[in-house]
Amino acid sequence: MSIIDSVLSDFFWRALFGGLGVALVAGPLGCFVVWRRMAYFGDTLAHSALLGIALSFLISVPLNLGVIITCVIIAIALVLLSRTKALATDTLLGILAHSSLAIGLVTLSFMPDVRVDLTGLLFGDLLAMNQQDLLWIYGGAAVVLILLAILWRGLLMSTIHEELARVEGIPVERLRLALMLMFSLVIAVAMKIVGVLLITALLIIPAATARRLAKNPEHMVALAVVFGFIAVTGGLSLSWHLDTPAGPSVVVTAFLTFLLVYGTARNASQ
Amino acid sequence: MPDRLVHLDQLTIQFDDRPVVDRVDLSVRRGDIITIIGPNGAGKTTLIKAILGIQRISSGQISRPSRLIIGYVPQHLSLEATLPLSVRRFMLLCGQSASACEEALERTGVRHLLDASVHHLSGGEKQRLLLARALARRPDLLVLDEPAQGVDINGQAALYELIRQLRDELNCGVIMISHDLHLVMAATDKVICLNQHVCCSGYPADISHDPAFIETFGHQVAESLAVYHHRHNHNHDLHGDVVTATGHQGTCDHEHH
Repeated sequence: MSIIDSVLSDFFWRALFGGLGVALVAGPLGCFVVWRRMAYFGDTLAHSALLGIALSFLISVPLNLGVIITCVIIAIALVLLSRTKALATDTLLGILAHSSLAIGLVTLSFMPDVRVDLTGLLFGDLLAMNQQDLLWIYGGAAVVLILLAILWRGLLMSTIHEELARVEGIPVERLRLALMLMFSLVIAVAMKIVGVLLITALLIIPAATARRLAKNPEHMVALAVVFGFIAVTGGLSLSWHLDTPAGPSVVVTAFLTFLLVYGTARNASQ
Repeated sequence: MPDRLVHLDQLTIQFDDRPVVDRVDLSVRRGDIITIIGPNGAGKTTLIKAILGIQRISSGQISRPSRLIIGYVPQHLSLEATLPLSVRRFMLLCGQSASACEEALERTGVRHLLDASVHHLSGGEKQRLLLARALARRPDLLVLDEPAQGVDINGQAALYELIRQLRDELNCGVIMISHDLHLVMAATDKVICLNQHVCCSGYPADISHDPAFIETFGHQVAESLAVYHHRHNHNHDLHGDVVTATGHQGTCDHEHH
């Protein structure tokens, strides 16, 4: 094996390892996005990640931290603004999503010294993954998975019937906040894999594919993780062999799996 | 646990300065079955949400014993189609043991649906499932928001009968909202007629005479209910209007049962 080969395969394995880590948390969180109809909400948070990056450069904090904090602030702003009911939620989401993306891009243009790979941020730069990124991904994944395991019953119950959950003493509002924090964390780490424009796809496509075959919530989560693994593995192979961009290839694979499952599988429970 | 499960004292709830629930006094004791009736927008659901502790109140007081366990049967179980859920899994989410869950399902007559998807249940089956879920927690107070919605006439009577039996078995208090005036009148201990404020309250037999009740529901409804529930001590003319015995002229003279 030549040196070039071993280096190539080294970053390939790193990308694969990182991608699988993201799929591991995108599965369960993606299910909540689908169940709670938060797809557009996820998109908004993802778009605001770019603003987070610009702000991190501005005040020199680590990128991931800047993204997480910005996402959390935007999420809380969304909750507070939607309570006033002055504007419909989708209008509000549209305003915040695109404004934060635009402000992020404008802010970056004011910093000529900062060299940012914009394409990488928007569409992902999976193959440039380094050791530190892997650390972030698996650290973030561990936090999110442990939180999910602890909060599972309450989260599920408040998704099924919010009032019933409240009456049974489940802290619905605090769980909503916890869920948003987890989203922010996942967006910060998944950005590297698929980019801010495609994160929602990685969250919802595997979950939606899993819905077709699942009989129970936990079953759907497990299947969503499996479909996420398939998307990452397939997408990276595609990218490797056909020299296509990695992030979009992952999403295309996820979409093909979705079509295949919906085209062939009998509906498990409707 | 004291005998008095919930006590409302001058409870008022306002939305944008408009009172939706206006100075309501109410007590629920163990063994009570209290039904709230009233026209649309009368504040019935808001009132029971306050009793459940999920509605902010504007003034007045609600007192509940600190360890009160409430079983709540909401109006609907509208499940997101993307969320796969079996009856068994839904029951287990209440945090009780599997045997307690199965027992509750058995009691409400839907145990055979244990492995069915919640999405496939009929309206009546969903109500019985929700009732079983409330039951599994062994509540001190059972709160039901229109429990018979989407249930056919025969099913409705059976459901109210079941609620009565459960009250006896659990020795709990029951408070519910209902639109089925006839069934309510037959199955309830006490009726509260709400139209923001409590217009009238009392035993079914008495309440249909109450001028406030007649004003709220109209003469015809009041009369048709009265027919079911008490022996008349007065007479009617052909329009159903009450006539005094002395002013009785060429109309019916009967006792309704």
